[in-house]
Amino acid sequence: MRTISRWFQRNLLRIYALIAFTYLLIPVIYTIAFSFNNGGRSNLVWKSFTFDNWLNPCGAPQVCEALGNSIKIGFLATLFSTILGTMIAFAIGRHKFKGRSTTNLMIFLPMATPEIVLGASLLSLFLTLKVNPGFWPTVVAHVVFCISFVVVTVKARIASLDPRLEQAAMDLYANEFQTFRRVTLPLVAPGIAAAALLAFSLSFDDFIITNFNSGTMTTFPKFVYVSAARGIPPQANVIGSAMFIIALSIVILGQIVGRKRAVK
Amino acid sequence: MVKTGISRPGTPYLLLLPGVAFLFTFFLWPIANLAQTSTQTPIAGGDTGEYEQSLRWQNYIDAFLENKEQFGRSFLYAAIATLAALAIAYPLAYAIAFKAGKMKNVLLVLVVAPFFTSFLLRTIAWKQILGEQGFVVPVLRDLHIISPATTLTSSAFAVVAGMTYNFLPFMTLPIYASIDRIDPRTLEASGDLYANGITTFRKVTLPLSMPGVVAGTLLTFIPAAGDYVNAAILGSPQTKMIGNVIESRFFKVVDYPTAAALSFTLMAAILILVTVYIRKAGTEELV
Repeated sequence: MRTISRWFQRNLLRIYALIAFTYLLIPVIYTIAFSFNNGGRSNLVWKSFTFDNWLNPCGAPQVCEALGNSIKIGFLATLFSTILGTMIAFAIGRHKFKGRSTTNLMIFLPMATPEIVLGASLLSLFLTLKVNPGFWPTVVAHVVFCISFVVVTVKARIASLDPRLEQAAMDLYANEFQTFRRVTLPLVAPGIAAAALLAFSLSFDDFIITNFNSGTMTTFPKFVYVSAARGIPPQANVIGSAMFIIALSIVILGQIVGRKRAVK
Repeated sequence: MVKTGISRPGTPYLLLLPGVAFLFTFFLWPIANLAQTSTQTPIAGGDTGEYEQSLRWQNYIDAFLENKEQFGRSFLYAAIATLAALAIAYPLAYAIAFKAGKMKNVLLVLVVAPFFTSFLLRTIAWKQILGEQGFVVPVLRDLHIISPATTLTSSAFAVVAGMTYNFLPFMTLPIYASIDRIDPRTLEASGDLYANGITTFRKVTLPLSMPGVVAGTLLTFIPAAGDYVNAAILGSPQTKMIGNVIESRFFKVVDYPTAAALSFTLMAAILILVTVYIRKAGTEELV
């Protein structure tokens, strides 16, 4: 009895973590499991195991159109927000200038603004300007909320750099441009890659801001939300599961590459 | 600040210009425009959706009084979800930072992993798991933990649980980051000075992890207060939050001024709360 209770005490934190992880992953496991369900259109109750949904991911009407839009928007929003955000991060992280704290505030504000306010305010601007909501307004909206996250991520990486590396490059007669291209940029690159990945996943998963600014265009989260009332087709689960597997592989691959580099 | 890289006096401004111009146009201008919309009134004899500026500040008071219940609910639900997420995330982050050893990176990926399936799919998965056809309700009924008439979905409990779940990684990651940064020697020193485990935690670990706790609570509370998806999927008409009202004012009622006034009140309330909170918690790390 005593040994059991002592074992329990020693492993309390581990048991707790195990429960927390179960809680975190239950809906993910559920989503993946039901992608193999032969449940028909609504996919509410478990019927029988099938690969059909995976072999025919575009089988439900509109689901692949929605996915295509989400990928296009995610790609463009990632591209623009990563470029703009990285430039701002370099300005803040590497330079002293007048208006630095104002800029910091300007980066912080979009993160402190609830999504619904961001979405509603942009829509009201587009309506005032007589711009119809749709593809490009959605891209613009996504860039707005992604920029701040890119800045924060890249800035953290810049702050963690050892300035002596750049000084060494300069000592070895590299000019400023060479130093930046050959030393600074490669060192900051992992931060930029992480920021881009974050921006893409934020954009891909966004529903609230998209719902305000996309008009009649459908995206994957919008598709899921709209079909929730009738029951979601299993194809949506297939896409959700595939995204999960792809993203997880990218992260794991990144970790392995990072570790190999560290060993070298 | 070390002077390295390309640095002429104009460089920072050139780097800032495109991004800041973008944020001016598509963040500050819309907010100003929203402020302008919030005091408009319907044009006499105009169509639905046509409004003119008449600086009617009363809009704010009307909008607030009409929806004070939903306002109260939004902040209450968000506060409970934040506390619940903190209670779950802190020990989890602590375990990952101090007990995971080589598994650390794997566990961190697992914390973020739910993000990779769409959050809507996960929220709907909860609805189905906790719903009448799911496996939780029959078990709880057989064990007589809930009465046959009780449902788990369409309740305030489900909405708060959904929010707690959805924002949990936002709480866990910053707390992990600040716990992981703690030098283990400070904990040893505390032990050497005859502090027991609890005292060490209270006097050393907890204060050093406060920046993460502050960041995590903000990253959870702010989106939770403006959220309407959890309330729409897991809730009932009795659990409507302010986000649901803003959304329906915009799209179903086409009442832009009220939606704008509500958005502004929500944002102002959140900004005031956040400022007070950051002051109290005493961290400027965030900005």
